[in-house]
Order: sequence, then C-alpha cells, then structure tokens
Amino acid sequence: MLSLIIFLPLAVAAVLAVVPVPDRVARWSWIGATVADLALVVWLCAAYESPAGSGLAFEQQVRWIPTVDSSYHVGVDGLSLPLLALTAVVFAACAVYGLREQHRPRALVALFLALQTTCLGLFAAQDLILFFVFFDLSIVGMYAAIAGWGTGRNAGRSALQFFLYTFLGSLALLLGFIGLFLAADPHTFDIPTLVAAAPLADAPVAGGFVLAALLVGLAIKTPTVPFHTWLPPAHTDASAIGSAVLAAVLLKMGTYGFVRIAMPVLPDAWQAAAWVVIAVGILSALYGALVALAQTDVKRMIAYTSINHMGYVVLAVGAAGLAGSGTAARELAVTGAVTQMVSHGLTTGALFLLAGVLHDRTGSYAMRDFGGLARTGPVFAGLFGVAAFASLGIPAFSGFVAEFQVFAGSVGATAWAAIALPGILITAALFLRAVQLMLAGAPGGRSIGFTDVRAVEVVPVVTLLALSLAIGVAPWPLLDLIAPAAEAVVGLVSR
Amino acid sequence: MRQDPLALLPELFLLGGAVATLLTGSFLPRHRQWAARLVAVAALLAAAVATALAFRRDGRSGGTAETVFGAFVLDTPTSATRLVVIASLLLVIGLGVEELAGQVRESETYALLLLGGLGAVVLAATDDLLVLAVGFLLSSVPLYALVGMSRAAGAAEAALKTYLLGALSGIFLLLGATVLYGIAGSTAYPELGAGLAGAPAAAVAVGAVGVLAGLLFKAGGVPLHFWVPDATQGAGTAAAAFLTTVPKVGALVAAVRLVDVLPDSLPWPLLLGVLAAATMTLGNLAALAQTDARRLLGWSTVSQVGYLLMPVAVVGAGAGAVPALLTYLAGYAVTNLTAFAVLAARPGARSLADFRGLGRRHPALATALVVGLLSLVGTPPTAVFIGKLTVFTAAWDGGLAWLVVIAAVNTVVSLFYYLRWLVEAFRPGDGGNGDPSAPWATGAAVAGAVGVLAVGLGAGAVTALAGG
Repeated sequence: MLSLIIFLPLAVAAVLAVVPVPDRVARWSWIGATVADLALVVWLCAAYESPAGSGLAFEQQVRWIPTVDSSYHVGVDGLSLPLLALTAVVFAACAVYGLREQHRPRALVALFLALQTTCLGLFAAQDLILFFVFFDLSIVGMYAAIAGWGTGRNAGRSALQFFLYTFLGSLALLLGFIGLFLAADPHTFDIPTLVAAAPLADAPVAGGFVLAALLVGLAIKTPTVPFHTWLPPAHTDASAIGSAVLAAVLLKMGTYGFVRIAMPVLPDAWQAAAWVVIAVGILSALYGALVALAQTDVKRMIAYTSINHMGYVVLAVGAAGLAGSGTAARELAVTGAVTQMVSHGLTTGALFLLAGVLHDRTGSYAMRDFGGLARTGPVFAGLFGVAAFASLGIPAFSGFVAEFQVFAGSVGATAWAAIALPGILITAALFLRAVQLMLAGAPGGRSIGFTDVRAVEVVPVVTLLALSLAIGVAPWPLLDLIAPAAEAVVGLVSR
Repeated sequence: MRQDPLALLPELFLLGGAVATLLTGSFLPRHRQWAARLVAVAALLAAAVATALAFRRDGRSGGTAETVFGAFVLDTPTSATRLVVIASLLLVIGLGVEELAGQVRESETYALLLLGGLGAVVLAATDDLLVLAVGFLLSSVPLYALVGMSRAAGAAEAALKTYLLGALSGIFLLLGATVLYGIAGSTAYPELGAGLAGAPAAAVAVGAVGVLAGLLFKAGGVPLHFWVPDATQGAGTAAAAFLTTVPKVGALVAAVRLVDVLPDSLPWPLLLGVLAAATMTLGNLAALAQTDARRLLGWSTVSQVGYLLMPVAVVGAGAGAVPALLTYLAGYAVTNLTAFAVLAARPGARSLADFRGLGRRHPALATALVVGLLSLVGTPPTAVFIGKLTVFTAAWDGGLAWLVVIAAVNTVVSLFYYLRWLVEAFRPGDGGNGDPSAPWATGAAVAGAVGVLAVGLGAGAVTALAGG
C-alpha cells in the first residue's frame, strides 16, 4: 500500500509524459492523481497504529543491490507519516491552484507528479541509498520546475544556483552515507539496522567527520545559516506552486534527515555536536527573522521567514542531543520540531500561493507597490492576514502549538535556547508590517483594479489554513502520532 | 596448462568477424555495403552468446580463475570486459548507421571496430606482459586508422597526434615490460609478482611506470590524454564514440591486473590516487570552457577516467575494488555511448547552441540526452551513480578518503558543463534544423538511455555479475 502511494503519481506522470492528452485532461488528471493519493494517505493514517519502540508500520522490503546490502526498504512511523500527509496535502493544493496554468501544462503536471513521488519516497525510505536516490531526484525535479516555469527574470540562473548548491549538499550526504556503510559491521545501508548497530560509537574522530558530512548535506537542504544563500533567489524566481512545494516539502527533507538518520545512527557524535547544532539553530532563527524584516519584496520576506522557522527545528533537534538534561523536555522539543515541520509546510505553502496571486495580477512582489488591498481584494486580504497570523505563531493555529513545544522543550533542556525567543517577536513585527503596508490604508499603486482571488486559488489556500487551524485547535491527534516516535528518537540519541 | 581454443570463442568470433566483414565488403558495390554491417553484427551477436555461455560456466565452477595458453585469464573481469566491449560495439555500429552507410570505407570501418574491440579484450584478459604489448598494438593501430578515416578538417591532425602519442606510449610500454622482465625473469604476472618482491624499488618503478604509461594512453588519463579531445572532435561520430569507450575498458582492466601484482616497495595507491585526482580535475576544468559538444564530451571522458582510476589505485587494499571498477565501466560505457548517439542523430549540431530547440522538436532525443548527461554527473538512479557509489566506497575502504572528497567536489564541478548543454537543449530555437531524420542513431540513443536506467535500477544484478 505504501509503495502504491509513493509510485501512483509517478505512474500517472509517465502516462502523461508519453500520451499527448489535451491540456484540460492533463490538469484534471493532476487533481485526480493527487486527490487519490491523498485519499490513500488518509486511509494510511486511519489504519496506522504506533509500532512498539522504534519499529515501523506498513514496512516493505525488496532486494535491490544485495552486494552492498541496499534494498528497497520503506516504512512509516510517527516521524514520517505526518510528513507524508503534508506532502500529499500540499501537492493536492498545488494541483488545484495549477488549474489555471497556461504554460505547457502537460509537462508541468508530469514534472510535479514525478516530484511528488520523490518527496513521498524520501519520507518513507528506510535505506540510505533509497533516501539518496529520492533526495537527488527531488533536486533535479525542482531545478526543472524553477528553470522551466519560473516567473522571475533570472529563473535560469537561480535554478542553476539551487541545483549546484543542493547537489553539493547531496554529495556531502553521500560521503556521510558511505562512511556509515563502511563503519557498520557487516556493511549495510539499511537505516533500521544502522540505528540498531550505532556504528562509530567508539570512534569519536571518525564519527565526528561522518556527522559533519551529514550535517553539511542536511543543513544546505534545510537551509540553515550560513548555507542558506540559495534559498531567496530560488523562491523569488520560482512559480507560485514551485515555491510552495520547495518551502513546504523540500526543505523538510533536511530537517527530516536529522531525526531519521543523523540523530539515531550517530548518537555519540550528535551529543558531542549538540551545542554546535543549537548555535546554528539560534543563529538561523534570529538571522532569518532580522533579514526578513529588512525585505521589501514579499516573496523574499516569506523565504527568509522559512529560514527562521527552520531555525527553530534545528534548535529543537540540537537541544534533544543534550543527554545530561531531562528526557521529558527533550521529547517535547523533538515533538515540537516535527510539529513545526508540518505547521510550516501548511502556513508557508499558503503564503507562497497567495504571493503567486499578487504576481499573477500585477507582475510584482514589491510591498511598496501595494496598499489598501483590503478594499480592492477583500478576500485576498483576509486570507493573507490569516496566513500571516498563522505563520507568526498566533494561538489557535498550528504554529503556536509547534513553537510552544519547541521552546518549552529546548529551554527545558538548556536555558540558552531562550536566546532565540526574540525571533518570534521579530517575525510578528515583520508580518504585521507587511499586512499594514499591503492591506491597510487607501488603495494605491498596483492595488487599484486588483482582481480578487478566484475559486481555484481560494480552495487550496483555505484548505491549508483550515488544516493549520485544526491542528492549532485540536493538536492531540497529530501529537499522539508524533510523541511515541519522538520518545524513541530521544531514547536512541541518548545511548 | 589448458590449451582449449574453444575457451577463446568470443575472441575468435571477433577476429573471424573482422576478416569476414572485410572480405564481404571487398566483393560488394558501395550501395550494398550493408551486407558487411550484417556480417559484423552477426559476429558480435555470436560472440555475445559465447560470452554469456562462458559466464554460466564461470558460475558453475565457482568463479575460480583459469588460464589458457599460459597468458589468457578466464575470470569475471575478462567475461565482464567481453560483455561490455561487445555491447559497446553493437551500440557504436547502431549509432553509426546513418553516418557510415554508403561511405567509401564502410566495411573497413566495421572491420577496424571489431579488431579494436578484440585488442581491448586481449589487453584486459591477459596476464602476460608480452601479450599485453600485442594487445596494445592490436587496439592502437585500428584506432589511428579510425580517427584518420574521417574527411573532416581536424581529422588528419587528430590522427597524427594520436599516432605520435600512441607510438611514444608504445615505446614506454615495451621499455617498461623489458625492464620488468629483466628484474623478475618472467613476463607472466604470477611469477612477476614473486620476482619483483625483493627487487630494487627504483628499477621496479621505472618498469611499472613505463607499462602504466602505455595503458594510461589507451585509457586517456593524465598526462597522456592530449589526443582524446582532438580525436573526439576531429573523428567521425561513430569513431569518436568507439575511441572514448572501448579502449578505456581494456586499458583499465589491464591496469588493475598489473597493479595487483606490483610489490608494496612503492606507495602505488598514493601515486595512482594522485594521477586519478589530476585526471578528473584537469578533465573537468578543461571541459568547463568548451562550447563544442564533441570536444566537451572528449574532456568529460578524460574526467571520467579519473573516477575509473580510483579503484585501480586501491586494488590491493580490498575485495571491492575490481567489482567497483567493472560496475563503473559498464555504466560508463552505456552512458557515454548514449550521449554520442544523440550527437550522431544531429550530425549538423556542433556547438552547444546548435542543440537549441531539441526538447521541442525531438523529445525522444532530448530525453535520452537528459538521461545520459545526468548519468555522467552521477545522479541516481542511473548507471554511473551505481558506479560512483561502488567506486567511492571501494576507494574510501582502501584508505583514500581524501580522493573520495576530491571526486565528490569534481562531481559538482562537472554539473556546470553538463547542465549548460541541457539548458541549451531545452531553450527555444532551431539550431541544426536542417539535419535529416536519423532513425538508427535515435534508436541507439533511446536504447542507450533505457540501458542507463536498466543498469541503475537493476544494480543488484549488475553488481552481482561484477562481483563474480
């Protein structure tokens, strides 16, 4: 069943790539495929029961490259299932939003469906090579999405920068994987086997190098300061759905790698590096927020808030490595980190889709070009306001649940984590400033004659925000799902 | 000693095929030369069947090596080389149909391709320095002719350059073989290993470096790589596809056999590691500036040899080196030929800009190009990714972790120029529009792309074969 979920989009993509169907059919089959996939994921969530310890549900293993003990091994647990669901939701939302896409829709649909398979596959992968395959293919797919359908003038250049930067990261990751493979006895790429064996536990130097390779690879993808420079241009020049997928799903691959691979497989090295990770997290949170505050381009601003939000996740997983402090606090931090991944995907996805509406109507992302949008585009203004508040972490939305847990857990583990708290304040200030600049006041600039959002734009945005609201109001189903897995991760990293 | 000619059936088919092709061609008018092509293909298919049967025999005997005629090893590397060379020759002939059909020297080209392939197999399969020298000549002489046969402007110069460098390397190889024979008292590798064990390091170094220089010329590795870009650009497309693929296979397997018997009185892994690093870095840096697609691919093959030298460097350190080399060679051969098949299908397109509009007008070719170039980068799940994975693992396992880091950085650098080509292919434009359709070359490109993905996804089977 899990494999069907992963490869259903790819199968539809293959058909669409070969059969020259009319554009209309291509667009609707995109919605059909993503909604069917989403339904399967919902079924998966309903049928899911938390496995004992660090076990997996819906596990499947097929021989692939036995000579290096690499197999097609997939499975889900409380860490991966929320992200699988997020992926299915975000891609379905993009499919609806993409109904009005005019530029080579058939190729676009095939590309995004293939991209969806790489994202789903990555979150389900339980083998390092399989993980790497999906990791690299997601980069190729995103490159094509930015270069082929980007809206910015420098789309080709930004796409190249994105490709080179993240490809470098993926190779660092590959080096780390090879290091883990060689350190394990017997050699293996299987993640659960590696977790159980925890190779390099007695080799602090080698373990440090391998972890450094993994950290660089994942930090570039996340991205954290100082590896974030590819992100703002990529977002600025990508299309609305490209940005939404990049921010909502692809960035999570980095942070997911921390909890799935780096922490459980290299517990000793992670504990030794915990303070570095915490420092990088705090730096990313504060730096991302401050730079976002200085932006005049709304899309760049959202991009920098992503760096800030991912900084909280990095801070939390770093704090989870402080083995000396209380277990409950560290479990809370990891739960918060996974919740934040989901929450950020929902709210930032919505924000980028709304930014796409601005560009579609006026060709501009500059905040000073707008004003008084609340009059000319009331529905747009309402949605943007809600999304902004959801993103800055107002209670009743998922961001609050996530950030509250991240900080409660991290500060519980180390008081130094409190240094990142001003990030929340700065984020609030910058979103309020954006709301004020663009929505309030008398209509001016490009706001005049602004066509309000259409149904195909409202439905995906409202869906994403409604899910964020649902998690904010009733977080327990999600937390019940994540908590056992977070407990297992903290147990593994404390070995 | 076993003296069973049937054990060399694939080689006999190649030799007989070359002679039969030449004879068939001599008696046919120019417009019926396709019969010679059929003869060549039939010989290759027969050789492929014989190789497959030999593989099965290997499996039954538990994969133990066996030497026939005192100089020819029958083991997994030999079988794998035969298979790769034969498959490569079939692809080369397939991608060259439009280019060669009706040419003055069509049947001669096929005969030379078969002989060059035979030379590569002999190089790879022998464990005797004298036979190695014969294999070197057998694979070099057809090469010079193939390069020079094109009527293009740069062909004569490229052929001369190849010939001069080849002659020089051949002298090095013979000199090295003589010195090694003088020290060890034998030219056969098993006795060579024993004889060199206590010998003066300097003398061993002179001899081994000489032989390796000859092999480096064949492989196109630094510092004997200068002929590769010129020959690739100047020769015809089929000849270029051949010379960047088949000789490398033979030379690298031959190198791995030789390095395996060298004594540790000198730090061979380090020396070869430095050569590998220099080759991949120089090839990549030179490729960055190219605007001619053929020349770019020529330099790209130089950089690929750098990665291929990594397992050669660590052959003494672990059991994984030889399977890694064979896996990478198989993946590299099919990938490189896919890229050349795309070139063969657009003979009018020389510069990268000439490929504009390819994605719109020839989606099948463009897809094959994407698969081929992404595989050369080493993106999963393609053939070269599996090769890089196994090679990196073997090199790290053999103690050359620094080389793995350099190789990873080089991989990122290579992305620049491969992507530049891909970007042009998907830009709107009408470059090379005047070319007639080339169904055979297009078919070869698509078949190659399918092969690239098959090797990548069926990695389990490939590595199992390579592992014996």
